[in-house]
Amino acid sequence: MTTSEQIVFSKESLEVVQKMMLRYPEGKHKSALIPVLHIAQAEFGGWLSAPVMDYVASVLKIQPIEVYEVASFYSMFNLKPVGKCLIEVCRTSSCWLCGAEDIIDHIENKLNIKVGETTADGMFTLKAVECLGSCGTAPMMQVGADYHENLTLSKVDALLEKFKSEDKQSRYC
Amino acid sequence: MSKKLLLKNDHIPNINQLAVYRQHGGYAVLENTLKNSNPENVLEEVKKSGLRGRGGAGFPTGLKWSFLARPEGVSRYLVCNADESEPGTFKDRYLMERIPHLLIEGMILSSFALGAKTSYIYIRGEYFYVARILEVAIAEAYAAGLLGKNIMGSGFDHDCYVQVGAGAYICGEETALLESLEGKRGNPRIKPPFPAVAGLYGCPTVVNNVETIAAVVPILELGGDEYAKIGIGKSTGTKLISASGHINKPGVYEIELGLPVEEFIYSEQYCGGIRGGRKLKAVVAGGSSVPILPTELILKTANGEPRLMSYESLGDGGFASGTMLGSGGFIVMDEDTSIVKNLYTFARFYHHESCGQCSPCREGTGWMEKIIHKILDGHGTMQDIDLLWDIQSKIEGKTICPLGEAAAWPVAAAIRHFRSEFESYVQNPENIKDIKHYYRLQN
Ligand SMILES: Cc1cc2nc3c(=O)[nH]c(=O)nc-3n(C[C@H](O)[C@H](O)[C@H](O)COP(=O)(O)O)c2cc1C
Ligand code: SF4
Repeated sequence: MTTSEQIVFSKESLEVVQKMMLRYPEGKHKSALIPVLHIAQAEFGGWLSAPVMDYVASVLKIQPIEVYEVASFYSMFNLKPVGKCLIEVCRTSSCWLCGAEDIIDHIENKLNIKVGETTADGMFTLKAVECLGSCGTAPMMQVGADYHENLTLSKVDALLEKFKSEDKQSRYC
Repeated sequence: MSKKLLLKNDHIPNINQLAVYRQHGGYAVLENTLKNSNPENVLEEVKKSGLRGRGGAGFPTGLKWSFLARPEGVSRYLVCNADESEPGTFKDRYLMERIPHLLIEGMILSSFALGAKTSYIYIRGEYFYVARILEVAIAEAYAAGLLGKNIMGSGFDHDCYVQVGAGAYICGEETALLESLEGKRGNPRIKPPFPAVAGLYGCPTVVNNVETIAAVVPILELGGDEYAKIGIGKSTGTKLISASGHINKPGVYEIELGLPVEEFIYSEQYCGGIRGGRKLKAVVAGGSSVPILPTELILKTANGEPRLMSYESLGDGGFASGTMLGSGGFIVMDEDTSIVKNLYTFARFYHHESCGQCSPCREGTGWMEKIIHKILDGHGTMQDIDLLWDIQSKIEGKTICPLGEAAAWPVAAAIRHFRSEFESYVQNPENIKDIKHYYRLQN
């Protein structure tokens, strides 16, 4: 993925995108932008580079700026590279009340990185995020598309071990 | 007061599947309505039911539907708000995950009443796996002729789609949601025009919460008058409550409106009391935006009446001594909780989620986060507490959307009811030292 020529959706993704555009009234296919950005992020390395966003603009026949302004608004779109395994720990009220800070400290120590950083081997990125709607099963973290709930420190240890041998990067496809 | 309408079948294995849902009476209301009723009657029943929007504001649903403009030849839309990002709220997720067809049946019935040929379920991006569950359920419904052309031979056509967001609390605000659904940044629109006149793609649109739309099914099953007998006064029907924090049994509970708060917290049927037998300190009763109340005011009103889970009783006393039912996000805090630190997590949240269009909200949320952080860092002064009060009071009523107020109210309530805690952190920073680890994870 070094030059923009190489940025092309797989045949399957392109079919999904074409079908998706039919969900909206004629001329309103820009509505597909957010779902399509999810597909692009999953397919092109877990983040949205400028050439990837330009490609999405060309697929949806809209201006690149229309893609940039949206991609930069939503917290799930990564505008910088992230590790293969993106760990997002919820830190808002209920999760905090039930020990989210202990979970974050523990992962920081285990992986030897701070919140916002990626491990040197490019394997893990750790983020602290706002309420993920899992307050009744706090503390929790999301890894890729999966929710991991009612966390304890030993549960986190077991999960980190497991992730080492998995590619958790694709989120939405 | 246990009455289940939405979650009466949530324990049945595989109720997410169409066949099982139908075995337990699913889509019978739809069939009966399409065969024997008409859109006007459905609207009439919803009006009679007294149903109020379950997304937070509690606006009467029938009234909202009756505002929908109906110009000739212009499409109308129903949009389901499944953005569910208000901290403390996770009921919509539970409902969609367990009983997706209840929402879909409600979507078809509501669309029939509104004359909407297309509907969208806008779901927060993080709920990706729930979106998948909905998509599978929708595909089942199409295959069974419950969606698409000429549904059940009635001549009514309807298409329903799932749309995922990408992480933005503000997209729960209905006009920001519509912007997002149009493929744009989630910036709330200036109102008027209201969505009922110019909503999605400039067309008349109704936006309703997941639980509101699902409630249309039992309303039509029972009839609006019967539904209105459930609950208390103008708080009719049942409500899903997301219970979290320091309780023995966190989870989603369906309650009949009017249940005493004390019973909800301490009864084995619901929250099962405070963890570890500790004492109750405070409750945020309706999601992060509503005022926090200390024990004495959440269990009883200022007049000494038992506080009930209803729009009116929780609101009793206004903001001086009351709160709001809001989204039903019920966050419970035990005696060891730092109210200031909990408030900090809210302030950080609102600062992160402000869309940035209005200065009072964009700047105010940032300042409030910073000042609370300063106090928690042990560098606060008494003037900082007053400054915090001053900032929050200058946001309300001065912004495009209610997020500004939602950010200000929790700050105001924390100072109003727990000022001594702020003061103790300022006067004696030693008191702050241990709050981070006051609740240790077992193991
Ligand atoms: C900042 C903000 C966030 C909101 N988030 C949600 C939400 O996640 N879900 C929801 O149903 N309503 C939310 N609302 C309320 C909606 O704007 C709207 O009132 C609601 O979807 C109407 O549906 P109802 O009448 O069925 O409650 C939010 C409002 C604001 C101001
Ligand atoms: S109040 Fe805040 S979130 Fe709402 S429009 Fe203004 S800046 Fe955006």
